[in-house]
Amino acid sequence: MTLRTENNLPDPDTAYRLLVAAHRRLAPDLHASFDAALVLLLANHIGDPEILRQALAAAAASVEA
Amino acid sequence: MPPTRFAYRRAPDQDRATPSHHPIVIVGAGPVGLSLAIDLAQRGQPVLLLDDAERIGEGSRAICFSKRTLEAWDRLGVAAPMLAKGVTWQRGRIFSGAHELFDFNLLPEGGHKMPAFINLQQFYAEAHLVARAGDVPGLDLRWANRVTAVTQDDAGVHVTIQTPDGPYALTATHLVACDGARSPIRAMLGADFVGETFEDLFLIADVKMQAPFPTERWFWFDPPFHPGRSALLHKQPDNVWRIDLQLDRTADPDLERDPDRVRARLTRMLGHGDFSFEWISLYRFQCRRMARFVHDRIIFAGDAAHQVSPFGARGANSGIEDAENLAWKLDAIHRGAPAAALLASYEAERIQAADDNIANSTAATDFIAPATDYEHMLRTTTLRLARHHGFAKRMVNGGRLSKPTAYASPLSTADADPWAGGPPPGAPLVDVPLRAPGGTPSFLTDAFRAAGCTFTLLRHGDGPTLDGIPTLTIGEAEWHDVDGLFAQRYDTSPGDAYLLRPDGYIACRLRAATIPPLRAALTRACGET
Repeated sequence: MTLRTENNLPDPDTAYRLLVAAHRRLAPDLHASFDAALVLLLANHIGDPEILRQALAAAAASVEA
Repeated sequence: MPPTRFAYRRAPDQDRATPSHHPIVIVGAGPVGLSLAIDLAQRGQPVLLLDDAERIGEGSRAICFSKRTLEAWDRLGVAAPMLAKGVTWQRGRIFSGAHELFDFNLLPEGGHKMPAFINLQQFYAEAHLVARAGDVPGLDLRWANRVTAVTQDDAGVHVTIQTPDGPYALTATHLVACDGARSPIRAMLGADFVGETFEDLFLIADVKMQAPFPTERWFWFDPPFHPGRSALLHKQPDNVWRIDLQLDRTADPDLERDPDRVRARLTRMLGHGDFSFEWISLYRFQCRRMARFVHDRIIFAGDAAHQVSPFGARGANSGIEDAENLAWKLDAIHRGAPAAALLASYEAERIQAADDNIANSTAATDFIAPATDYEHMLRTTTLRLARHHGFAKRMVNGGRLSKPTAYASPLSTADADPWAGGPPPGAPLVDVPLRAPGGTPSFLTDAFRAAGCTFTLLRHGDGPTLDGIPTLTIGEAEWHDVDGLFAQRYDTSPGDAYLLRPDGYIACRLRAATIPPLRAALTRACGET
């Protein structure tokens, strides 16, 4: 399997809005741990270490850019 | 340029001992009130349109008019001058930092009579509508007539009006308030108008200059000339360019309004100072709507009923959609159709559209002006990912441009057959090129207009007809689907039929259509069940 980086959501705006709305309910010091929990949940759901490795590499590239 | 100043004239109503009665009174001669008044008058209803001013408002207001608005204006006979004057566009470009991220095309397919958008200063649009209003029999437009009081009872709406000659009174069966975001009628009713307020301050400057930029909508996140903020550039007629700059939340509006300061900002953006100002304003905005648009005999439309942020051209366009939704229903009511059901459908359909517009413009605003440090980080990350990954491009939101909402409507009849495409019940008609019976190249929107913009049976080939409504037949001897695009865009075979409402929305569609289900769908769409 290859990491999908083309759009895979029926409505990307809704996904973005859900993230924003979830974080608006949090105290400012909880954003990072909330996102960590989210990443772990989604990583488990994906269930494929190869996909996770590719996603980690793409994320690393984005913060180094 | 048609005139923009209009003389007050004394009306015979002002000399009567008892108040005159008018079936339909519209308050506010902006784009919404004018479009509604012209539509009603074209349908044969006498209309009284009141405006508190004697002139068309100047300044920088709506500039982007959508395909759906142009289709409505085409029915009203005003699209041609708007298109001739307006700047036609369909492409946008998004920049992040010093890079172009991507471009998008709002109407990639051909075969539509109207373009995706035109840009046109609102005063030009209003001037053309006023000119048309003067040509339509039965439309009485009174300038410098300011409504100062409204009450309603079983007999009707009682309206008090102030004029340069003093006050007078009249009564109406229905009053439509198209009197803008600060609606005095809404205040007189004490109706609520609540929603989300945004703290961000934006600067709008319309500048006149010779510029080589294409007729595209350009949007920047964090550009080198305006670090950390967003910017928008868009062309209007007469070599005027709309520039919209996000400012610091804590900026002082009085200081930022100073033309020298604005000139310095724009010189950084444009790389030169060779421009003049047409308009400068600063604004904050709100996304909100009334809880109900119909208050018995008083009905709200346009900004009076709902307000959105400007990113997405959803203000004026949604108001025009309100007008086209309401016009045929008020016409039917004044010909004896059930008022309660049709007005309830106006409210249900247009509240769905308002919520859709508010959701879209709120999402755009949250991306353009992140409210918290976390949201700013999320956006920066999205913009970085979007340089390499398609999914993130789709999340970059510089404004989602106005499209009509497909209604879940009490007037619609749900599909009973399988359909692989085509506009579903509650969605607006999709244009296709056709050859008219006389052989002239034409469009489906023209065919619908030729049929009278009433309930219309649109059928592919031979099939049933319905007593009392016109039939549009797609076939070689009639409206010829030369390019096969009708069959494609409507997913039809011979025998299939769509039932169109007078506003061009789909009421129902049937494969191998027969009379009983069509008749039932028509009854439902008329509000009679």
